[in-house]
Amino acid sequence: MNLFRNVVFIAAIAGLVAGVVLACLQAYATVPLILKAEVYEQAGGGHHHDHAAPAATDSNAMSTTAPAAEAAPADEGWAPADGFERFAFSVLANIVTGIGFALILVAVSEFAGGIGGWRQGVFWGLAGFAVFTLAPGLGLPPELPAMPAADLTQRQIWWWATVAATAAGLGLIAFRKSLPLAILAVLLIVAPHVVGAPQPDSYETAIPEGLHHQFVVAVTVTNLVFWLVLGAVVGVVRGRFTGTATSLRDSFA
Amino acid sequence: MTTASVSLGASVSSQSRFMQLALAGLLGIFVMGFVGFSHIDAVHNAAHDYRHSMAFPCH
Repeated sequence: MNLFRNVVFIAAIAGLVAGVVLACLQAYATVPLILKAEVYEQAGGGHHHDHAAPAATDSNAMSTTAPAAEAAPADEGWAPADGFERFAFSVLANIVTGIGFALILVAVSEFAGGIGGWRQGVFWGLAGFAVFTLAPGLGLPPELPAMPAADLTQRQIWWWATVAATAAGLGLIAFRKSLPLAILAVLLIVAPHVVGAPQPDSYETAIPEGLHHQFVVAVTVTNLVFWLVLGAVVGVVRGRFTGTATSLRDSFA
Repeated sequence: MTTASVSLGASVSSQSRFMQLALAGLLGIFVMGFVGFSHIDAVHNAAHDYRHSMAFPCH
């Protein structure tokens, strides 16, 4: 299990670095917009919203009358308190999933020969961004709290199917030098959008269009930076491991 | 695409190599799926801002 250990080691370092970077970007770019949206959510009398922090800024989401600031709904389970605790859990989630994404990236790239340096890593990062952010984000744009959405499980299935199809398509284009397979790749990438993402019954929301647009841009750009950093760090750390950091760095693209 | 000449764990057999890489990839999918997609309320609430910020389907 020597290879497995190496993959996990590289992924852990890259995921940690990229996760911390992403957490900082989110604290600056996306979280303030989420908090703004929660004010609209609260004012709207409580759309069904699962985040229920027992603090004054986030009222009882299930309440249809006056907001009860101190009562956390019993059926929504534990939630971190607003402020530092909530931020700390976001950072933790960023790092843990950063390592998860890194494991996927390193494992897949090793099948293709491995990431040979930071520059190759940047291109692998672009691919990851296209697969995990761009493609699913076309059908299911980043959403703020209190925005209408279709059934959660349906959307999650569509999300995973889109990620899988886009990854397969990009892989075929990049690693199979065959025109029929390239055509199949394009079909795979387009197919989820022909099927279409699950849509809500109504698009009515209290969230201003401008706020949502700002959020979509913030999410997309922060994810782009995350993937570029993740790919580059994998390339650098892997280079240190194999001792081939310099020779093949410039061979790609 | 040009690939690196030195691979990680080049000495292991190709079958073992495939298994170990597949295992690592599945572990990554599991970790990311649990934090980002689990329907458990406490997990959702803990990673709430993260899920929104990653455009994962939420709520």
